Amino acid sequence: MKRRDFIQLAGLGTGAMMLPAFAMGKNVAPEALLAPGLDVAVKKRLADAALNAAKAKGATYADVRIGRYLNQFVVTRENKVQNIVNTESYGVGVRVIANGCWGFAAVVDAKSEAQMAKAAEDAVAIAKANSKLMKEPVQLAPQKGFGEVSWKAPIKKNAFEVPIQEKVDLLLSVNNAALTNGANYVNSVMFQVNEQKYFASTDGSYIDQDIHRIYPQFNVTAIDAQTGKFQTRNALSAPVGMGYDYLQVNPSDKVTGITTRYNKGYDMLEDAISAAKQAKQKLTAKSVEAGKYDLILDPSHLWLTIHESVGHPLELDRVLGYEANFAGTSFATLDKWQSKNFQYGSKEVNLVADKQQIGSLGAVGWDDEGVNTKKWDLVRDGVLVNYQATRDQAHIIGEKESHGCSYADSWSSVQFQRMPNVSLEAGKKPLSVDEMIKDVKKGIYIIGDGSFSIDQQRYNFQFGGQLFYEVKDGKIVGMLNDVAYQSNTQEFWNSCSQVCDERDYRLGGSFFDGKGQPSQSSAVSHGSSTTRFNGVNVINTARKI
Amino acid sequence: MSIILSESEAKALLQKVLSYSKADECEVNLMGEQRGNLRYARNEVSTSGSLINQNLQVQSAFGKKVGVATIDEFSEESLKKVVQRAEELAKLAPENPEYMGLLGPQKYGAASKGYFESTAGASPDTRANAVLKSLELTRTQKLTAAGFLEDQKGYSAMMNSKGLFAYYPSTSVNFSLTVRTEDGTGSGYVAKGYSDMSKLDTAAATKIAVQKSLGSVGAKALEPGKYTVILEPTAAAVLLENIFFRMDARSADEGRSFLSKQGGKTKLGEKIMDERVNFYSDPSNPDLPASPFAGDGQPQDKRYWIEKGTVKNMYYSRYWAQKNNVAPIPFPNNMIMDGGTASLEDMIKSTKQGILVTKLWYIRTVDPQTLLLTGLTRDGTFYIENGKIKHPIKNFRFNESPVIMLNNLETLGKPERVVSTESDRNYLIPPMKIREFTFSSLSDAV
Repeated sequence: MKRRDFIQLAGLGTGAMMLPAFAMGKNVAPEALLAPGLDVAVKKRLADAALNAAKAKGATYADVRIGRYLNQFVVTRENKVQNIVNTESYGVGVRVIANGCWGFAAVVDAKSEAQMAKAAEDAVAIAKANSKLMKEPVQLAPQKGFGEVSWKAPIKKNAFEVPIQEKVDLLLSVNNAALTNGANYVNSVMFQVNEQKYFASTDGSYIDQDIHRIYPQFNVTAIDAQTGKFQTRNALSAPVGMGYDYLQVNPSDKVTGITTRYNKGYDMLEDAISAAKQAKQKLTAKSVEAGKYDLILDPSHLWLTIHESVGHPLELDRVLGYEANFAGTSFATLDKWQSKNFQYGSKEVNLVADKQQIGSLGAVGWDDEGVNTKKWDLVRDGVLVNYQATRDQAHIIGEKESHGCSYADSWSSVQFQRMPNVSLEAGKKPLSVDEMIKDVKKGIYIIGDGSFSIDQQRYNFQFGGQLFYEVKDGKIVGMLNDVAYQSNTQEFWNSCSQVCDERDYRLGGSFFDGKGQPSQSSAVSHGSSTTRFNGVNVINTARKI
Repeated sequence: MSIILSESEAKALLQKVLSYSKADECEVNLMGEQRGNLRYARNEVSTSGSLINQNLQVQSAFGKKVGVATIDEFSEESLKKVVQRAEELAKLAPENPEYMGLLGPQKYGAASKGYFESTAGASPDTRANAVLKSLELTRTQKLTAAGFLEDQKGYSAMMNSKGLFAYYPSTSVNFSLTVRTEDGTGSGYVAKGYSDMSKLDTAAATKIAVQKSLGSVGAKALEPGKYTVILEPTAAAVLLENIFFRMDARSADEGRSFLSKQGGKTKLGEKIMDERVNFYSDPSNPDLPASPFAGDGQPQDKRYWIEKGTVKNMYYSRYWAQKNNVAPIPFPNNMIMDGGTASLEDMIKSTKQGILVTKLWYIRTVDPQTLLLTGLTRDGTFYIENGKIKHPIKNFRFNESPVIMLNNLETLGKPERVVSTESDRNYLIPPMKIREFTFSSLSDAV
């Protein structure tokens, strides 16, 4: 599903539209989301049928993904429930290498060995047909088999076990809180996802995994009817790889300051009250004067800048040109990496890829081609040191094994290289946000993500936000409006002068990162502490029509 | 049963489903489609796929209590079950104050033909051959191609307990291609969309991308600022669709749209852009076929949205229309912008100083109040001087509102069918010359 569809489903865009359920499988009863899937012994038998059929037809490698994808979305506005969607999608994708070329076939609702064998045979036939157009055969990094293993996300409470009524009550109380605190309109939504994935390959792996994600989100609008102006403020929640436990807050999960932000637990009601008040405040906030400012970026904002300016350019498939026709290529070319001295950022900048981080959206035990997940450096002391690779790419960067970055958004989609969690390491010296602000003469403190746009090689970007505070001579002096900053990736990360310590480290993330043709969606987290960037170009976005 | 049902097969299936209904009202939507695609990069095939989709959705109502259930396989037992399930859900649901009841039989205008055997019959071989023609051109010229070809055949149908029936079959093919020079200093793009695949000439399309790729080598930097631009239709489409998507009456009435204004009023009936601007939807247009009915069964007639620069219509849901005592207007199934007679060459010839923009990329809303958008030029941007393309230029980031832009209109060219690089939707849009288009910074991206 494309990001735009999610946004429209949630009514987070202005013209709310309902998404046809067929994009996600079939509608089911909420109880069905808790029903067990196929027994693991049955899945192994089905997988073996496909693997054997593929080998019999001449495949030199084959993998099978038996996927059951469950979604529940609760969508409300003001005092109304707009939609409750429960969907289930079950099917099988078989990928093979034959004549040195990839082939893929998928089949819905496959529950017999005959269906599995047919899918495998189709995949081999496609590989052989496409091999006519091929110049170089696929080279797979070796991968040992793991036998029969499993992984389960360490969630405390499965969101599907919580009655829908409880979620509706929460969202309607959130809406009511926003309306009674000055919002004119409010949309709220709860996205919940469970991926039950079984992977098997001719390398001898049989991997059963259970992955959970949740994303509570709202958007409040405040209107000044006299002037005809309106302002919005989105939730400061993060999408996370957690269960319903994300909505059970401990005081230690709250980060106090100019506005409250949240770590491993989210107080949606409290945030809605702040949002309503701040949306009204934005209506009369001072319009920013364009110029150079030091930026103090909160993790609820910085995750998106990391995602766009570090996560995407270091995808090896982009670097190599596989995404040239849509997402684009990358400025971070192989020669820059080979030089071992390409200064991606200042010495303060350490960026790590991590597929194991607890509570993150990208955490799994194994990726979608049976590679066990790991953590590795992308940028160390400011220098570019590595990329994100899959098995068929590892040889290009001289690696002996894959990074475990393969993912498909459905059993019916072919897996390809997707971004792991990419995060900025916390500063090593003790530094709080207050201490950081104290030092800034002319700056803007930005909280929450907003508008975002970046070029196809990831040089030039522009970002907005949710809340902008003017900093003068070490103090926050008031709210600003009409702020967006523009920079160049390398310049920007080299202007990084300070990173707060690990006490301030929090995750943000994208629930629907789009890539590929046809477009596939993936979910990924990005952690950071509040970070300072010096002398960044800020523009004023106010216009009259 | 095949995936693509004929009108009579669809009718029979829908009648059967309705015969199981015990609700006050019941409406059934049915669709089926087959898609095939071939993707290539670095001058060779990277992935290919096919997808079969079918879905039947039952909406049952008891008074204003509504339930919806769907299935993706159509056995007798499943059909009975899905109706039962929709009825169970309806009984459990709270009353929906926005439920408007069903429409009776509707009269649909003649839609243009949207289903072509040439497209419906596409096979993996058809795709491979079409792509091979493209690859041969780039391989022999030592250029690097990355492209995507996707074809689709399908139908949608609906029937309800008040006697409404509608059916529409359609086909489509979208082809897009980026050609880069080996050293990465030049890049060109082309995208073509058709209902009839026999019109797709991948070799001819590839030549356009090749020309732009070679022509964009050696780009020079121009200072950011306000320039006269000529937007090719592919570039214009991604700006204009931000207007099309946001013509919802409810948002405007609620005060949170670019069509809202002071005192809680809207701009309906007001002139908001140059009087040569006309946007309309028309399912009978042979160059942009579209279904003659909306998802809820309302007829899609030819309708002006912007006429002579004035906001003529906004879309009203049936609920919002009733609340405001106006006729409902569905979200349109296609969108066309009138043009003029000038060719792209004529428009370049008449330009003293300006920039030819062939594609725009990563368009995002910066301010929904003014529809201020940001994004970048991509895959071929050129400086025009004294009526001629002088040299390629480096890419720019822009910050511009399409509403402001259409007030600064100089010339419109001949409309052509384009594929949006943001939404994949097809439109009929002319090239256009715009003065004072705002570029705010330079990009090093090629």
